[in-house]
Amino acid sequence: MSQTPAAPGSTAYGRMEQSFRDKRAAGRKLLVPYITGGLPGWEDALRAAVAAGADAIEIGIPFSDPVMDGPVIQEASQRALDAGATPVSIFDQARSLDVDVPLAVMCYYNTVHHAGHHRFAEQLVAAGVCAAIVPDLPLEESGPWCEAADASSIETVMLAAPTAPDDRLPRVCARARGFVYSVGLLGVTGERSALAATATALATRLKAVTDVPVLVGVGVSNAAQAREAVQVADGVVQGASVVRRLLEGGAEAVGEYIAEVRAAIDD
Amino acid sequence: MTLMAEPSSTGRFGEFGGRFVPETLVPACQELEVAFREAWADPSFRLELHEILRDYAGRPSIITECKNLGRELGIRLVLKREDLNHTGSHKINNVLGQTLLAKRMGKKRIVAETGAGQHGVASATAAALMGLECKVYMGAVDVERQELNVFRMRLLGSEVEAVQSGSRTLKDAVNEAMRDWVATVESTHYCLGSVMGPHPYPWMVREFHRVIGDEAREQCRAAYGADPDVVVACVGGGSNAMGIFSGFVDTDARLVGVEPAGGAAVGRGVPGVVHGMRSYLMQDEYGQVQEAHSISAGLDYPGVGPEHSYLASIGRAEYPAVTDAEVIDAFQLLARTEGIIPALECAHALAWIAREAHAFQGKTVLMNLSGRGDKDVAQMMEILK
Repeated sequence: MSQTPAAPGSTAYGRMEQSFRDKRAAGRKLLVPYITGGLPGWEDALRAAVAAGADAIEIGIPFSDPVMDGPVIQEASQRALDAGATPVSIFDQARSLDVDVPLAVMCYYNTVHHAGHHRFAEQLVAAGVCAAIVPDLPLEESGPWCEAADASSIETVMLAAPTAPDDRLPRVCARARGFVYSVGLLGVTGERSALAATATALATRLKAVTDVPVLVGVGVSNAAQAREAVQVADGVVQGASVVRRLLEGGAEAVGEYIAEVRAAIDD
Repeated sequence: MTLMAEPSSTGRFGEFGGRFVPETLVPACQELEVAFREAWADPSFRLELHEILRDYAGRPSIITECKNLGRELGIRLVLKREDLNHTGSHKINNVLGQTLLAKRMGKKRIVAETGAGQHGVASATAAALMGLECKVYMGAVDVERQELNVFRMRLLGSEVEAVQSGSRTLKDAVNEAMRDWVATVESTHYCLGSVMGPHPYPWMVREFHRVIGDEAREQCRAAYGADPDVVVACVGGGSNAMGIFSGFVDTDARLVGVEPAGGAAVGRGVPGVVHGMRSYLMQDEYGQVQEAHSISAGLDYPGVGPEHSYLASIGRAEYPAVTDAEVIDAFQLLARTEGIIPALECAHALAWIAREAHAFQGKTVLMNLSGRGDKDVAQMMEILK
C-alpha cells in the first residue's frame, strides 16, 4: 500500500477523508447516498438519509447534459431544472441544512468551468460543502480545477473506471481526496438486477494500490448489492435507487431505504 | 504554428479542444488516437480509403460554376458538389474512414448520433458495406421532421432510437450515443459525425474530410488558374467547413463559416465544456447548455468544433449568422436559377453569399454544397404552402 499524501502544503486529510478513515478504522462500512439538489423535497430527503445512517451525502447539481447518468437521475435533474434549481439556489439551501455529516457535490465540469475554478471552490466552501465529484473531468484534464480546489481545501474525489489499465489506477488514487469512486460497471448510473463482476474486481484492484477509502458507485442498486460490494470496498455510493425512491415516495421512502442498506452493510 | 496541422499532445487547438470524458472512456480515446495515427501514416490504409472513396462514394466530387446565379449576384460562384457523393452529402467521407478504422481496430459495432439524418444514413450505409452492427441515436424532434432518413437507416439494417431526453435534438442524440459508448466501449466504436467531441475526434474527422479541400484546390487551380477569393460553408459542428477550409487555410482566401442565427455558437457563445471538448458554446448564466433552434436539423447544435473556435479566436476564419427566412429564400434561389436543390444546411452558406455578394463583386466564391435537398423537400413543402 502506498501512503497517499494530503493536499500539498497541508499535513492533514480533508474533513471527509478524515471522517471516512476514522470510521473505517472503527470497522464501519461507509454509505453515501446521492440526492439531486433542487428536486422538490430534496432537503427533507437528505436529512432523512442522514438520520438513517448515511456517512456523507452527495448532492447532485443538475445539468442540462448529464452524460454519465441513466434515465432516473436524468429525470430528477430535469425536474429540478424545471423547478428553477441553479447551482447558486442549491448552495443557498445547502448552507442551512444543518446536518453533521460531510457534504459533497456531484457536478458536470461545465458548471465548474462556467463559474470559474476558484469562484466555484469558494462557493462550495461558503455552502458548507467539503468535496466535489466531477464525472466528466478525467485525470489528464483535472489539473486546473484540482489546484483551485486544493487551495480552498475542497476535496476532489476522483473516479476510477473498470477500463483503466493497471498503471493508471495509482495515478488516479494519488490525485484523489476524500475517497476514490470505484465505478461499478461499464455504463451510466441506474439500477441493475445484479452487481456487475467489474464492481468487486475494480474495488479489489484499487484496494491493492491505495489506502484512500474506496467506495463503489454506479450500479449498486439495493441493500444486497451494497452488502456484496462492501465485502471488498470500504463503502458504497447509492444513486439511482435513492433518487427513484425520492421521486416515487418522498423523504420517508428515502429514509427507510437508507436504514435498510445501513443494516445490510453493518451486518 | 502551421494552421490546421495536428493538435497539441492534449488535443488542443490553442485553448480549445481537449478530452473531457468520463474516466471509463479515456482508454478508448487513447486507443483510438494511437490507431488513427498509425493508420493515417500507413500507405495501405490510405490507399484502401482512397479506393473506397473513388469506387463506392464516387469521389472526386466535381465543381460546378453557377453561371446564372453568378451573373445575378455579380460574382463567380463555384460549388463543390459534395451533394453528389453516395448517400447525398459529405458525411460519407468521414464515415468510410472511421468504419475502416473501426474494422482495423477489431470493433464489431458502431454507434452514431444524427441530426438531419445524413450522418446516420452514411453510418448505416458504411456499416452495411463493412458488415458492422450499427445503432443510430436521433432526437425525437428530428425523427419527426426527417422521417424519410429514418426509414433509409432502417432499410440499411441499422437500429434507430428516438431520443426523448432534453431538447430531443442533436445534442441529446450525442449524449445518448456517449451513454451507449460508455456501456459498450470494449466492442463498439463511436462513429462521431462532426469535428467535435474529445481528442482525437476533431482532428481525425477533419483529416477524413480534408479530401474536400484538397480536391477543390486542385480543381479551382485547373479551372481558373487561381485560388478562390472567398471560401464559404455552413457550420453546425462544422465538419464540411473544416474539410473545405483545410484546402485553403494557407492561401489568401477569406474563410467564412455560416451559422444559423438560432445556433450561433461562435457568434453568441462563450467557451464551455460539453461533449468532451472545450469550445464556444451557447449556455445560460450557470453553464446550462441552451437549445439551438434553426430550420435545419443538421445545424441545431449549441456547440461547434474546437478548431473552428480556434480559427475564430485568431481571426483566420469568420462566423456570421443567417436567419431561417434568408435560408428559405436561398434554398429556392439555387433551385430556380441552377436546377440544384441544396440541403437546408448548405442553403445557409448560400444565404450569406446572396446577402453579402455586393461586397465582393467580381470575385471568385467557392461554396461547399455539402448535401442535397431531397431530405428537406417535404418540410419545405409545408413551409411554402
